[in-house]
Amino acid sequence: MKRFTLILSIARTHLLTKMKSTVTAALGVTFGIGAYITLVSFMTGLNQMLDNLILNQTPHIHLYNEVEPSARQPAARLEPYASDLLQIHSVKPKKGQLKIHNALPILKSLKNDARVLGASPQLRAQIFYLSGSQDLGGVLVGVDVLEEDRLSNLGDYFIEGTPEALHRSDNGIVLGAGLAEKFSLSPGDRIQVSTPDGGLFPLQIVGLYQSGLADIDNSQSFAKLQTVQQVLGQPANYITDINIKLHQLDLAVPMARELQTRFGVRARDIQEANAQFETGTSIRNLITYAVSITLLIVAGFGIYNILNMLIYEKMNDIAILKATGFSGRDVHQIFMSQALIIGFAGGAAGLLIGFVLSRIIDNLPFETEALPTITTFPVNQNPWFYLIGITFALVSTFVAGYLPAARARRIDPVRIIRGN
Amino acid sequence: MNPVLEAQHIDKYFTKPVEFHVLKDINFKIQPGEFVSIMGKSGSGKSTLLYILSTMDTDYSGSLFLNGECLTGQSHHRLSAVRNAHIGFVFQFHYLLGEFSVLDNVMLPALKLGRKPVEAIREDALAKLRMLHIEPLAHKRASRISGGEKQRVAIARALINDPVILMGDEPTGNLDSYNSENVFQIFRELKETRGLSLLIVTHDEDFARRTDRTLYMEDGRMLNGG
Repeated sequence: MKRFTLILSIARTHLLTKMKSTVTAALGVTFGIGAYITLVSFMTGLNQMLDNLILNQTPHIHLYNEVEPSARQPAARLEPYASDLLQIHSVKPKKGQLKIHNALPILKSLKNDARVLGASPQLRAQIFYLSGSQDLGGVLVGVDVLEEDRLSNLGDYFIEGTPEALHRSDNGIVLGAGLAEKFSLSPGDRIQVSTPDGGLFPLQIVGLYQSGLADIDNSQSFAKLQTVQQVLGQPANYITDINIKLHQLDLAVPMARELQTRFGVRARDIQEANAQFETGTSIRNLITYAVSITLLIVAGFGIYNILNMLIYEKMNDIAILKATGFSGRDVHQIFMSQALIIGFAGGAAGLLIGFVLSRIIDNLPFETEALPTITTFPVNQNPWFYLIGITFALVSTFVAGYLPAARARRIDPVRIIRGN
Repeated sequence: MNPVLEAQHIDKYFTKPVEFHVLKDINFKIQPGEFVSIMGKSGSGKSTLLYILSTMDTDYSGSLFLNGECLTGQSHHRLSAVRNAHIGFVFQFHYLLGEFSVLDNVMLPALKLGRKPVEAIREDALAKLRMLHIEPLAHKRASRISGGEKQRVAIARALINDPVILMGDEPTGNLDSYNSENVFQIFRELKETRGLSLLIVTHDEDFARRTDRTLYMEDGRMLNGG
């Protein structure tokens, strides 16, 4: 303990009297770690935003009835022709119902599944919007508003109104922003919708929806599931789509296959729906790591250089220390503790700078049509980055200091003393 | 009486730039309280011998004893400890740690030894400085004092752990005659009042003549054996 105090006090004197070199070396670490924290917070923040952009709008598994011709045509079932080659032209899909058979029991069983974070029913209805003398075709999506908001942040895309307001209103509608503009409607106004069967239904606008995709905003609106069932004159078990969010994204593919055979509906997983999603995410992560590692290595080289220089300047001191009875190990530890002090001080300052910079970025305005709720640049303030940052500062100064310190340990005092 | 320092058959070769037999079969002893000087021309090997005796140079053959303990072949770690506790060394060019205060310079070897509490070491160091009449300089930076003062600080540092022997490599070689005389008187006094053994390499005939015994070296041999 006593020995260590002595070594630290020598290291401290060296550092304090060579304030300029010390500060330069520490600044190298500071900028490296500061830039690392800033960049990694910013880049992972952006990555998360981009991922969420896709994940919010895409369920992990989507259950629906596909309109497609039967895989096994009736002619194939005819026994007399079993050994013949059958050629059927102009095969057309059979008229089937769009609703999912047994939707409510399926929902119930999904909600009891441990792998499932949540499952929300949807009813997609083709309708016409009527306002004044204008009529436009579009889609009215009936949803379980609160569940949908929990699972896919539906509320983030409401530029006016809240999910709660929609949930409370029996004849409320959240109109696509493009539609509202075309009809020049605003919340509080009324709009009529008509079904393909000719039914007419007045709805009250409680909010506006904007996804950022003009095609969707010009045609799609949201209402409560019950409202849409009423509009269509259908019972409460009339559901066309079920969106499922899982706890683990990785399970989507096998589970979609399982659900498809179990429930006899089409199950589309997120990777099928967004094949580029995985690639994009992994490449962005790769870039983040490559940039961080480069920054940290550059900082490490800075430390190595300065320490090497410091030891070069201190040749005489090392010789004297050794001549007066300090061992090679003492000298080694003196320089290692200098390296670590520089690393710790520089690293801590770097964390602070990184924190301040990332807070500044976090407050810079960033307006995007795609995400109405986002008004500033996304920054991911993860405590892990700070832990990694300070750990790397210490590890890199240790590594960078080790070689010069080992050189100091080997310095032959006789050569230095007689050389002068 | 057992000799403080004893060298037996010390041989050393330089291999660079060409092989050169620099020390040839050196044998001598130093008794406690003896003030010995080594003289010789440049290149006679006297400094090389001194660094071997100081344990800093370990690349030689033969045996070296300090207080009866054989130092040849010991680990560097052990030799550092021996230097720290038992050998005081004064160089030609002062060699203080310029960034530390005079007092710190004197205290460091004792702090390394760690035999006494810090306060006691500070008292010791101040006492040594007082003895050498440089106490007022204690809190000055070592790089801010004159050459003669630096050499006295170096002597105080060499004495801080009460060594059994003080070695000097031309400690007066870089000083004017006034300061040289001063340093010589200090050595003399140390021998007489404390019974310290001294081994000083010098070029100064006048200095050597006033020591107890002078060893002459030429071409790596000791002319008057110990």
